[in-house]
Amino acid sequence: MTTDLGMPSGPGSAPVDSRDAASGTTGVPRLADGTALTKKDFTSDQEVRWCPGCGDYAILAAVQGFLPELGLKRENIVFVSGIGCSSRFPYYLDTYGMHSIHGRAPAIATGLTATREDLSVWVVTGDGDALSIGGNHLIHALRRNVNLKILLFNNEIYGLTKGQYSPTSHVGQVTKSSPLGSLDRPFNPVSLALGAEATFVARTMDSDRQHLTAVLRAAAEHRGSALVEIYQNCPIFNDGVFDVLKDRTEAAARILHLTDGEEVAAGDTVVVRDDQGVMTVAPRAEADPTRIVVHDPAADDPSAAFALSRLDSPDLGHVPMGIFRNVARPTYDDSLREQIASARTGEVTDADIDALLAGRDTWTVRA
Amino acid sequence: MSTKLVQKLDRVVIRFAGDSGDGMQLTGDRFTSETALLGNDLSTLPNFPAEIRAPQGTLPGVSSFQLHFADHDVLTPGDAPDVLVAMNPAALRANLGDLPRGASIIVNTDEFTKRNLAKVGYAVSPLDDGSLEAWHVHPVAITSIAVEALASFTDLTRKEKERAKNMFALGLLSWLYTRPTEGTESFLKSKFADRPEILEANLAALRAGYNYGETTEDFAVSYEVAPATMREGTYRNVTGNVALSLGLVAAAHRAGLPLFLGSYPITPASDILHTLAGLKRYGVATMQAEDEIAGVGAALGASFGGALGVTTTSGPGLALKAETIGLAVSLELPLVVCDIQRGGPSTGLPTKTEQADLLQALFGRNGESPVAVVAPSTPSDCFDIAVEAVRIATTYRTPVIVLSDGYLANGSEPWRLPRTAELPDIAVEFATEPNAVDAKGAPVFHPYLRDPETLARPWAVPGTPGLEHRVGGIEKADVTGNISYDPDNHDHMTRLRQAKIDGIADTIAPLAVDDPTRDAEVLVVGWGSTYGPIAAAVREARARGGRVAQAHLRHLNPFPANTGEVLRGYQRVIVPEMNLGQLSMLLRAKYLVDIESHTSVRGLPFQAGDLADVISAAVASVSHAPLKETAQ
Repeated sequence: MTTDLGMPSGPGSAPVDSRDAASGTTGVPRLADGTALTKKDFTSDQEVRWCPGCGDYAILAAVQGFLPELGLKRENIVFVSGIGCSSRFPYYLDTYGMHSIHGRAPAIATGLTATREDLSVWVVTGDGDALSIGGNHLIHALRRNVNLKILLFNNEIYGLTKGQYSPTSHVGQVTKSSPLGSLDRPFNPVSLALGAEATFVARTMDSDRQHLTAVLRAAAEHRGSALVEIYQNCPIFNDGVFDVLKDRTEAAARILHLTDGEEVAAGDTVVVRDDQGVMTVAPRAEADPTRIVVHDPAADDPSAAFALSRLDSPDLGHVPMGIFRNVARPTYDDSLREQIASARTGEVTDADIDALLAGRDTWTVRA
Repeated sequence: MSTKLVQKLDRVVIRFAGDSGDGMQLTGDRFTSETALLGNDLSTLPNFPAEIRAPQGTLPGVSSFQLHFADHDVLTPGDAPDVLVAMNPAALRANLGDLPRGASIIVNTDEFTKRNLAKVGYAVSPLDDGSLEAWHVHPVAITSIAVEALASFTDLTRKEKERAKNMFALGLLSWLYTRPTEGTESFLKSKFADRPEILEANLAALRAGYNYGETTEDFAVSYEVAPATMREGTYRNVTGNVALSLGLVAAAHRAGLPLFLGSYPITPASDILHTLAGLKRYGVATMQAEDEIAGVGAALGASFGGALGVTTTSGPGLALKAETIGLAVSLELPLVVCDIQRGGPSTGLPTKTEQADLLQALFGRNGESPVAVVAPSTPSDCFDIAVEAVRIATTYRTPVIVLSDGYLANGSEPWRLPRTAELPDIAVEFATEPNAVDAKGAPVFHPYLRDPETLARPWAVPGTPGLEHRVGGIEKADVTGNISYDPDNHDHMTRLRQAKIDGIADTIAPLAVDDPTRDAEVLVVGWGSTYGPIAAAVREARARGGRVAQAHLRHLNPFPANTGEVLRGYQRVIVPEMNLGQLSMLLRAKYLVDIESHTSVRGLPFQAGDLADVISAAVASVSHAPLKETAQ
């Protein structure tokens, strides 16, 4: 599938410039000029153990293929995951990695990022891990704007525990734990992230390597929290849930491409905005040209991005794909380092610590 | 100069009590500071309600601060006050039961109104009905005299003037016990630097209180308590929470690691977060996390990156952190978890002390997940225990739980300042090179290849070329660290993790026994904050002629190597605890010694006198020979 997102595409495009203050990899040591790593360098010696046909394979291949273009030293890249099928991800990448506990990866990665400016830190999580047990950590990492890249594999089901409904499963979904249909209303991960005032929010799909890679690239460039929702197929417990988006003809009519500065459209339909800011999809022929939404991911106010995220429907009638929001804000970790740096008066010596221990009121007892 | 009689005392216990809005904690703090600067030894016990402002004038709203100071070494805040300062009827009613007959009571008569009396069930004012005849009552119209003293402050409202009544009380007590007030004056000057009128009012109230003591006929005598004989050195007064914070900073400095605190506010641990948040100049990073789990998670993430990860909490928070501590056990990374215990279960008694998290610290996780557990014995020992916790965590690459409690956290005592350069050398070395070769002879890194002595695994931090590796909570193969579900490997790794923690006993000091006559048949063993009350009780039992030995555990997991030997050396072993016998259970199970558990869970420290009775009774039961006087 070919989609033009208006973003730099494919390996060989300009590498992320670590000297650019706005880059997500500023401060991370880069490879010497003229040297480069390959996909093989990022492939660990561990046997990959996902089910045959799992969407995770495609995402892994895309990530392994994408990482070399960052031009970073491999030892300065860290993947942290929680629990679930997707969270096995770090084992298969030959970087530093931690397969942690259920839902906690954003918290753990926050501590790592806060103390290590020289690392490119990625979180790999799933819909259950990120939105259910770890929902609190996710929204707080996003609101703090920690320089983390969070890849949320959304397959709308619990896989590792064998097929219960997840916080993104649709109402009425019949699963092992909802034999009469799920009663829960699902989260829209993009709406949730925008509600938490995430500075970078995007959606892409496991099977669209080019789109996925372009989104990863933009996420890596973004300094701050990046939430990337990746539609991912679980062939065992929720097979084919995104199939209509993978069919070329269907996709053309359903996927609303989010491209900076361009109209939001799918095939013959466009997105229009009414006076209240509510967005709807309309045939282009019937749309008032002045009301057609032109995408601006850098808009300061997240309302338009949020309205776009509400165009989702359970039947995948229209699905916005691409970067919903991408704005520059101070990051938590940079600000923390700044506070420390400005409080510091030089290297801490034993004498400094002695003075700290003594405080203001001391008295001396002589022999 | 006062022309009144000055009488010398060797020790005094004062309790300041008032409504939680009356500023009693500040008054107590300032009096303590004056006393410390004078060179008395001292110990303090703040006691306040969990509610920030309980209904005014009611019993639940009473806040108090007790201070014991002396010309000799002080072990506890004192069982019973010699002087009660009662700022309202509720403070009198709530504290009278603790007051021995003959003690002095200074009451603020202005607050003894019909309405305030009724709030606490006094039909008639106890000041008028003769019910206080057993005590020396000093009725002082503290509020109105303070307001009168501030008559010239025309810009202040009456309410603002009334607020200075605690400074009046402090001034009066400072006169009564011959304390210098310069320290308080400079404290007020810095506190109210940008509000000159409030500053002047407070200073005026302080002086008015002092002068009132000197001029009124109600106080015929003032008192002096000479400085205590203390070891040569420079001292400051310190609370347990501040000492613990400073210990963490000093230890991180000695270890050469940046300190990262991930913490969620919880009573009574929050002061550690506050203290460390103010120390950015020393490179300290603090993060107020979204919850307890994130606090420990962020700390563990920081440790993975080569920082000293620390989290602070109290009992309910420790429960929430359990899973992450288990992950740290599996990752074998340094992590310091400070549990400032409070009354439980559940929310329990947030502002009261208890030591009922011992078993939670040892066993409150799934699977076999041993961690090191240490406990400070006094407020200033919180500093040393923090250094020890960091030493264990970094040397053995393990979580260490520090069990302090509300009594140590908020209590204070003089602390002889250590020299940073003389603290234990705990410098940390990260792995920098591959530590093995593969089948083809190429260098490789095995993240779980252990140091043969400590059984610690290498600490290889991200950013180190050639050592890229993955860690996680799934069982790992020995040496390589790869995922392994092999039954024999799991059995092996489970035993290895336990052996690593057990091996810490090799590097901790043996359990010391204080047995001056060397022939005691009764041993009293404690842990944590009961040190002071137990030592005071043992001292009293000895003064009554009993031969008794005392030992105090600072390491709860593992125990010092000689613990069993020590326990078996006595006919009777008494273990007092502020729980229902958790240490007793551990000692019985591990050493098969018949421990006698003596317990109290009232949210308050033991009374030394009560404990002395228990000890004396035990001594009497084993002493067939007549009791002899023993030298101390």
